[in-house]
Amino acid sequence: MIGRAVQFIPASKAAGLREVDAPQSLVAHFGVDTPLKMDAGVSLGPLTIAYQTYGELNAGKSNAILVCHALTGDQHVANRHPITGKSGWWHTMVGPNRPIDTNRYFVIASNVVGGCMGTTGPASLNPATGRPYGLELPIVTIKDMVFAQAMLIDRLGIDMLFCIAGGSMGGMQVLQWVASFPDRVFAAMPIATAARHSSQNIAFHEVGRQAVMADPDWRQGRYLEEGVIPTKGLAVARMAAHITYLSDEALQNKFGRKLQDRSAPTFSFDANFEIENYLRHQGTSFVDRFDANSYLYVTRACDYFDLAADYGGSLAFAFKGAKTRFCVVSFNSDWLYPTHASRAIVHALNAGGASVSFVDIETDRGHDAFLLDTPEFISTSRGFLNAAAQARGIAPANNGTI
Amino acid sequence: MAAKTGVIKAKRARAIPARVDLLLVADMVEAKSRVLDVGCGDGTLLRLLAEEKGVDARGIELSQRGVNDCVAKGLSVIQGDADTDLADYPDNAFDYVILSQTLQATRQPRTVLEHMLRIGRHAIVSFPNFGHWRIRLQVAFGGRMPVTRNLSCSWYDTPNIHFCTIQDFVALVREIDAKIERGVALDRFGAPLAYGEPWIWNFFGEQGVFRLTRKR
Repeated sequence: MIGRAVQFIPASKAAGLREVDAPQSLVAHFGVDTPLKMDAGVSLGPLTIAYQTYGELNAGKSNAILVCHALTGDQHVANRHPITGKSGWWHTMVGPNRPIDTNRYFVIASNVVGGCMGTTGPASLNPATGRPYGLELPIVTIKDMVFAQAMLIDRLGIDMLFCIAGGSMGGMQVLQWVASFPDRVFAAMPIATAARHSSQNIAFHEVGRQAVMADPDWRQGRYLEEGVIPTKGLAVARMAAHITYLSDEALQNKFGRKLQDRSAPTFSFDANFEIENYLRHQGTSFVDRFDANSYLYVTRACDYFDLAADYGGSLAFAFKGAKTRFCVVSFNSDWLYPTHASRAIVHALNAGGASVSFVDIETDRGHDAFLLDTPEFISTSRGFLNAAAQARGIAPANNGTI
Repeated sequence: MAAKTGVIKAKRARAIPARVDLLLVADMVEAKSRVLDVGCGDGTLLRLLAEEKGVDARGIELSQRGVNDCVAKGLSVIQGDADTDLADYPDNAFDYVILSQTLQATRQPRTVLEHMLRIGRHAIVSFPNFGHWRIRLQVAFGGRMPVTRNLSCSWYDTPNIHFCTIQDFVALVREIDAKIERGVALDRFGAPLAYGEPWIWNFFGEQGVFRLTRKR
């Protein structure tokens, strides 16, 4: 880098990162006087939180549902994505007459701290230096994400959320919310998640981070200023991670050993197999919408997550006395956050005397099942939310359908 | 595994008109208490207890369908197995732990019963009586494993792997140092038997329903 003119490229000019500075969603700004006090021991301010809402908040402010996104998700839960043009990532669950019925509930979804869709993250401008934070952003934890969400919920004037729902890293946020703010959560749906990252979970994330950092274009995290993007490293990280989201069975059924557009192997390292082609596509399309440093931060946040550690090593203490009604969901082919990780949560909730339902959904779709139209999952969620809404006294949807 | 519960439930539903056994079980439960129903099926008993007696009702059910039905009713039910998952519950977490028509399908009935009495102050158990005269007749004179209206599976496909008689059950209760607080035997229509002599129960009762507690 020495001897080279540092050319600053605003994040908004980098491919797919225009949402960092100018998100096509609502934004809430918090000044330096109201910073986010982070686990790392520092304060982050000013802070911007990009979020979306769907439906209408009722007069009693009792019908708000916060949806927490997973690792590379964002606030675009149920609308067309501004970069990819695809349907929102949870359109199977959120929308009119969906289990999280936008005719009945007021749905809030925000981009996490450390993200790259408009909430303050490593690609955002650091006001102290006038250049992107890069690795100058303090390490973000799940708790930091949740405390930032709580600032947004305060700003929206909501005391108690009717429900918080999320899968994977979103599920970790759900658990953290109940542990940190038990009186502010009426119902909770932690889905396909864990109360702490396992050694294997950390291992996979480390592979991804090393792939990013091994890319010469990563430039010690200063790539945006140097006008490059570590696309190769980030794509490899995504390819490796994507395998963990699917089951062996699902991959075998979908791709098997099928060859890509040919009848015989080429005896080269070109993508011969369909699965290779599929993964390469997943990798390259990911770099168009996600920031490499952001990937480092959100994976790190998951790795540091160990809810019991904050409560003397006992998960049961984290939920002690919680009045929240829980519906814990796992998927039997999910080997990333397997059923036993959800059972551990259930056991802790039971030990704390919490009201908890638990269902292990039978599917071959692996971890990704929570994002897909998995009928048993959809119907369980609908049943749980309807019953909880009745207990909370939330009126049925205007169109008469429940 | 799901099929196992399905078989039990289907059979139970056929066997006892109007679910007299459930009403009997409900009658043994104090209002406003905390109840865990192990093998709660579609949640019929839990709902009855919650609505009629204001009970804080929780359940464990093996089948996904049963759990879904319960969750949709607003009940707190966990997908799990009596044999493996009771161990995870803390001591004295409930006032009553109920095991309805499931004891004979568990792998370790004694351990299950001990866990129930550890988790709850009281255990309520209902089970089919293998000492009933029809069953005795079939074994004695037919020379084959019994198949009755209430126990309709053949020996090779029955989920019921640990049958006992009422007298066997009473002996087990003694062995695990528990005591019977209330007991009743039901005839084939689910009506309580008029006479309370143990041998009469063991001979004429198709079902036994008992409420137990720890001696100490």
